[in-house]
Amino acid sequence: MQGREMSGAQIVVEALADLGVELIFGYPGGAVLPIYDALFRQARIRHILVRHEQGAVHAAEGYARASGKPGVVLVTSGPGATNAVTGITDALMDSIPIVVLTGQVATHLIGSDAFQECDTVGITRHCSKHNYLVKETERLGPVLHEAFHIATSGRPGPVVVDIPKDVQVARATYRRPGPIQHRSYRPRVKGDLGAIEAAVEMLAAAERPILYTGGGVINSGPNAAQALRELARLCGAPVTSTLMGLGAFPASSPQFLGMLGMHGTYEANMAMNQCDLMLCLGARFDDRVTGRVDAFSPDSRKIHVDIDRSSFNKTVRVDLAIEGDVGHVMDDMVKLWRARGHRPAITEDWWARIRGWRAVDCLAFRQTGPEILPQHAIARLYAAVKDRDPIISTEVGQHQMWAAQHFRFEKPNRWLTSGGLGTMGYGLPAAIGAQLAFPGKLVIDIAGEASILMNIQELGTAAQYRLPVKVFVLNNEYMGMVRQWQDLTYEGRHAESYSDSLPDFVQLAEAFGWKGLRIERPDELDSGIAEMLAHDGPVFVDCRVARLENCFPMIPSGAAHTEMLLAPSEVAGTVDAAAEALV
Amino acid sequence: MAAPNTRPLFPEEPAERHTLSVVVDNEAGVLGRITGLFSARGYNIESLTVADISDDHAVSRITIVTTGPRRVIDQIRAQLDRLVPVHSVTDLTELGPHVERELALVKVAGTGEKRVEALRLADIFRARPVDTTTGSFIFEVSGSTSKVDQFIALMREVGLVEVARTGVAAMARGREKA
Repeated sequence: MQGREMSGAQIVVEALADLGVELIFGYPGGAVLPIYDALFRQARIRHILVRHEQGAVHAAEGYARASGKPGVVLVTSGPGATNAVTGITDALMDSIPIVVLTGQVATHLIGSDAFQECDTVGITRHCSKHNYLVKETERLGPVLHEAFHIATSGRPGPVVVDIPKDVQVARATYRRPGPIQHRSYRPRVKGDLGAIEAAVEMLAAAERPILYTGGGVINSGPNAAQALRELARLCGAPVTSTLMGLGAFPASSPQFLGMLGMHGTYEANMAMNQCDLMLCLGARFDDRVTGRVDAFSPDSRKIHVDIDRSSFNKTVRVDLAIEGDVGHVMDDMVKLWRARGHRPAITEDWWARIRGWRAVDCLAFRQTGPEILPQHAIARLYAAVKDRDPIISTEVGQHQMWAAQHFRFEKPNRWLTSGGLGTMGYGLPAAIGAQLAFPGKLVIDIAGEASILMNIQELGTAAQYRLPVKVFVLNNEYMGMVRQWQDLTYEGRHAESYSDSLPDFVQLAEAFGWKGLRIERPDELDSGIAEMLAHDGPVFVDCRVARLENCFPMIPSGAAHTEMLLAPSEVAGTVDAAAEALV
Repeated sequence: MAAPNTRPLFPEEPAERHTLSVVVDNEAGVLGRITGLFSARGYNIESLTVADISDDHAVSRITIVTTGPRRVIDQIRAQLDRLVPVHSVTDLTELGPHVERELALVKVAGTGEKRVEALRLADIFRARPVDTTTGSFIFEVSGSTSKVDQFIALMREVGLVEVARTGVAAMARGREKA
């Protein structure tokens, strides 16, 4: 292909356009001015001006998670880059494909402690999937194409490209490269057929199987969610999902047990504990899922399908590991199951026991009295919007767990949450990113009053681009999850977990040009939600909820699945030092 | 009481010593990626050597000696393998017969019988004096890690001043490329 000579800044724009990038999230500054000028003089790529670089990265994550396409961020050197670090780490922990372009001081100034200089590649080396410092303009095109390849293939993740200002100004020839054949990076997509055969035989012979599914099924794409449905239908096993995997399997299916783990359902955790075969699909045996490792599902054989070999045997020993894209592996399992004419060996007794656990009705709550229970607020919100196929983002804390428990997802890419890193302040920018990917969809950030303040400035971004994002705050005036742990562990001594001096959220929202609403009593809930939905612009709902409600069920840190607390009456208020030391 | 997060996940396994040969793109920051991975995940490094090994300076070989339970060693291999600039990770200990060598410079000071004894011991270990004054020697000794360890231990008794070691370079035996 014929190359054209242009500036480094123009190469950035040209390469992004060639890579199919439609919009980028960013914030200008001295070290990226040449790229901003090149963006100004073109119309192919839209730039979304955020209010803080952390917001840019979470918006790109929300965009990526909702659309399946990589999110792109552009920030300046120094504080621009360091402000992006939390978002980059968040994307690494949750395997979200994003590319972060950072400006850097001119190459001859690097290492001199120049104005707004920081060691961006050094700082981001261990919180990105890969990173680059591009020192020659002619390397920019190839590096950008490679960066997108790495961010989006294999186990997805964030890639940082640090571009000194003189490299943006100098001229070089840009050529659109062909398909990328990386020298050393070749993620495996197809699983080993022998191992897949063994997995199918184990699954077919299991009497008490369970499918334990995670975010990898969503990352693999819509085909993987389809393959999961097919595999579950054929083998008849119950299905549970991690926080990150919600939506990959329809919540309305009778086979779905709900989320597992620390705040998962009783039936999901008991079935994990009692199964004889666990098929882990694109999940990673996170500590929030396993509870106490030495008591985790003691009598099962375990099969682990993951695209990242380093996930195998990291925390839990498995009997069969299959390295590959979970969608491809499930496709092969479905084909083999059919070709061999298998009939599941799953027993009626297994389903009878699951029905028994379900009968505990662990998520039940009773809305009585003058205070709105947060679970009730989410249940009413769900009832009002479920037919509109909404996209839900969350912040981090009690509201996030209640949303995961009481909102039900039928399709992938509808649930945006910070799972691995647990980043308060994720939800509003993520909702903005998702709304930009799907301008016509209903996008709601279910938030807490403490988390929302961590990136509250992004209200301005939504206002500027007239994005009809809804923020639904469950306001209990506490950092609720911190307070809950203080109730469980420190006899209710609430050290610094009260959200003192809160703003008037309605006035705050209105100051940013949003519509603000307050809901205070149970009888206002449905009408308040209806009013929120009726407004075609951004709406901020300050929903006052019961201040001391805690999130159950809960497996306390360091406890086994069978030691689940179902109700506040089971809380002792103290734990031993060993449990206290666990996060 | 032991803190629970220091409890090994797979407590039944004894620690093993493994020598890993890692071929990487010879690019800025690659060593930082590898050492950072070890420190971030709490893996041990007993020794680490790195040098450019190709005509065009495109790739380097990093030889890492590490210790840990079998599963941790497997984790280290998998974690190294997923770094983008890593071409290959070979566990030479797992692979079987291989050669491991390191070189040390050992400074010894002393006079009289100690000085004579130092020279005698050096001769037995095929250590070469590469610098001498009337009161000191620097010996160059090479061989397996245990041989170098033994030589240094003996030198302690005859006036050891300081030691510089290269760390292990290693390669599989036979004609094949590992």
